[in-house]
Amino acid sequence: MAAYLVRRALLLALSLAVSSVALFVLLRVLPGDPANALLDVGATARQAAAARHELGTDLPLSQQFGGWLRDLARLDLGRSLVSSLPVTSEIAGRLGVTVPLTVLAFLLAALIAVPTGFLIALRRGTWYGTLLAGVSQLGLAVPVFWVGMLLVTVFALRLRWLPAGGFPAEDWAAPAAALTSLLLPVVTIALVMAASLTRYVHSAALDVLDSDYLRTARALGAPLRAALWRHGLRGVAAPVVPILAIELASTFLGAVVVENVFALPGLGSMLVRAFAQHDYPVIQGVLTLSTATVLTIGFVADTAQRLIDPRLRRTAAGTSA
Amino acid sequence: MRLLEAENLTVRTADGRELLQDVSFRLARGDRLGLIGESGAGKSLTVLAVVGLLPAGMAASGRVLLDGEPILGAPERVLNTVRGRGIAVVFQDPLAALDPLMRVGAQVAEPLRRHRGLRGAAARRAVLEALAEVRLSDPDRIARSYPHEISGGQRQRVAMAMALACEPAFLIADEPTAALDGTVQAEMLALLDRLVTARGMGLLFVGHDLAVVARISHRILVLEGGRAVEEGEVGDVLRAPSHPHTRDLVSAARRLHGALERMLP
Amino acid sequence: MRSRALVAGCVLLGGVVAIALVSALWTPYDPGDTSGGRLEPPGPEHWLGTDRLGRDLLTQLMIGARVALSIGAGAVALGGALGLLAGLAAGFAVRWLDDVMAVALDVLIAFPTLLLAMLVIAARRGSLLSAVTAIGLAMTAVVARPARQQVKRVLAQDYVTAARTSGTSWPGIVAGHVLPNIWPALAVNLALQLGRAVLAEAGLSYLGLGPPPPNASWGHMLREAQTTVLVAPGDVVAPGLLLVLLVIGANLVADGVREVADPLLRGRW
Ligand SMILES: Nc1ncnc2c1ncn2[C@@H]1O[C@H](COP(=O)(O)OP(=O)(O)OP(=O)(O)O)[C@@H](O)[C@H]1O
Ligand SMILES: [Mg+2]
Repeated sequence: MAAYLVRRALLLALSLAVSSVALFVLLRVLPGDPANALLDVGATARQAAAARHELGTDLPLSQQFGGWLRDLARLDLGRSLVSSLPVTSEIAGRLGVTVPLTVLAFLLAALIAVPTGFLIALRRGTWYGTLLAGVSQLGLAVPVFWVGMLLVTVFALRLRWLPAGGFPAEDWAAPAAALTSLLLPVVTIALVMAASLTRYVHSAALDVLDSDYLRTARALGAPLRAALWRHGLRGVAAPVVPILAIELASTFLGAVVVENVFALPGLGSMLVRAFAQHDYPVIQGVLTLSTATVLTIGFVADTAQRLIDPRLRRTAAGTSA
Repeated sequence: MRLLEAENLTVRTADGRELLQDVSFRLARGDRLGLIGESGAGKSLTVLAVVGLLPAGMAASGRVLLDGEPILGAPERVLNTVRGRGIAVVFQDPLAALDPLMRVGAQVAEPLRRHRGLRGAAARRAVLEALAEVRLSDPDRIARSYPHEISGGQRQRVAMAMALACEPAFLIADEPTAALDGTVQAEMLALLDRLVTARGMGLLFVGHDLAVVARISHRILVLEGGRAVEEGEVGDVLRAPSHPHTRDLVSAARRLHGALERMLP
Repeated sequence: MRSRALVAGCVLLGGVVAIALVSALWTPYDPGDTSGGRLEPPGPEHWLGTDRLGRDLLTQLMIGARVALSIGAGAVALGGALGLLAGLAAGFAVRWLDDVMAVALDVLIAFPTLLLAMLVIAARRGSLLSAVTAIGLAMTAVVARPARQQVKRVLAQDYVTAARTSGTSWPGIVAGHVLPNIWPALAVNLALQLGRAVLAEAGLSYLGLGPPPPNASWGHMLREAQTTVLVAPGDVVAPGLLLVLLVIGANLVADGVREVADPLLRGRW
């Protein structure tokens, strides 16, 4: 296990490096001059050159990257071209929306998907097993923002039970109001995420239900429910856990889109605005952070899978495969 | 629990094919019945139908009685008390029969806890005893291992230990030796023989090799294509097989094991 | 060989394709025609009503089908071709190169498709072509990763090793062994990716990063309709429904192909 951890951590470091270089290069080589964001329409060439100098985009790529890395080490992601505020503090100010949104949606999705996936597998061939399977097929096909729009229309605009969007100015100092404004967005993302997660849980649950070891447990007198608790959850977790990392990435993506439906001041709406305004430091900052988070969660998930499944780790001899 | 009976046991698939047709047998405690037939004859389905664990989509009809109480189609609540304590099964494939994600010791402890109420240190001691009883050397290490870390023969013994840990009235062993090589197979048979006698269990022994089945059974039941084609005392069937299929089985066994001759009285 | 999922999927996909084909020849109104009243309910003039600029909703829906399908198909063609090539290359590559590609693919997969697409579009402005490029490029890793594994699995087969050592050229191996073995999995994946691509395009357009009118897509229509949903709910429901039907169609085709290729998987998604 120790050997594996070292190897996997090295791989993580390598992926982080590769991804940050890739992002950096991609943002620089793609056509489109960030200096434009600083300039008024009809600016002179001299003004443009000055703007480029100010941004440092007139330096060679390698120097730019070196500088960016140095700043990154000090957690300095540069300043927004539009607001001139440090990107780090802009991001920090918005994590309070995006992190709870993503995490709550993810937890709710898992809470829906695990029992549903098991139920569909257990009730195959019955009408409501088929119905649940159909509903989750539907969930795989709906765009998350459309679900958001429909929910807003029904629960906010027609029934007026919940706010249609926005976030309290006091932030989490007003926890009740903050939670209320996150409720619809969380449900929106969770419903769509639950559909794809259900699919994985269902497939894994079928494997467990058809497994000889579950049959053995039952043949020796374990009631189905007890056998499922004891063997089923583990058996499903082993293949599903590594998928969770990718699912969490999609949840974040759902958050990016859904924040725009609900006018939430999170990373997603910041990112979309930055794209529209060609605010490159902000784009790069948010993307670097989100990629790093996803890669790190992948590392955690892979390690967790090894802890669950002894077949993946080699014992004693230390041959880490 | 003294008597296990099946009457006209029939198994159908969802699309109506009959995989098992009118199979009947009686097995008293202390008695040993061999169930024999070629691959695909329906032996494993018979076993699964008796304990009510057929794959999804298959349905069984007919009657299965334990001490006169019907257990085929009985509610799960009833079956949960029958399975393990009344009838315990050792399934065909020893690797698949163990949960790959759980240590062997924990798996053996499960029936001990369920049927004998053992917990903690007492359960741990009983696990080691159960493993030692099936002649596993170094039970300590085996208990701490995961299934993929032990050999096929050891897994088969663990599966046997789990079934015996229930202290069942009837033991059903589905080809418990098919995956093992000659000497290990002989050892397993001797072990099974000894344990069944010592505990006075009823044994339903499933196999496709007449020589093996005949060695451990008193009576045998021959299945072909889902039907019982012959039943009788081992000696009678070997000496004078009445059904052509049985005759084939006997001569095949003769060819394979000259030893069969020596078993005839 | 019959698969109900495949039939149902083909019907749904075929329906949307038919709409798109018709829209190329005829639409009830010109897409830029704003002569209708604003937000009119369905009626004899405008069968499905009009949007807030007075454009015919049915016309826009039909054009949206064309946009969705061309972007979806284009992206699948691009991403599928690049992904298959990358998968083959990694499968055949020497050990270290394969390892490098495996890491690169892991990183790319961790990088959400939509964000990658946004990056490309941010630099190139929204247009049909940049949407296709963006989504297709983002799809490459998603196609390449399983393709690499399947290629490696085929190459590890004894009879393939035998063919390789007996001097069959690698194009011969690819055409004779690899492609015939991996095509079912590839086809399933590509059908799924068609649905994903259509959803991604809708998301981009909803965020205002899609192609501008007259190539406006369903996502763009939804963006426009959001403010007037209480007055004209149909403008929100109709494009969304078509989108869902198209994606379900693609997913069902994927399920169907999988069932036909492997009967054991029947009833699984
Ligand atoms: N899940 C299933 N679905 C459909 N048919 C099945 C299924 N399981 C078994 N069968 C069929 O039922 C028949 C009997 O199978 P069974 O497993 O009882 O054979 P067996 O006698 O135990 O053979 P073996 O010696 O190979 O274990 C076979 O023809 C088989 O094809
Ligand atoms: Mg069998």
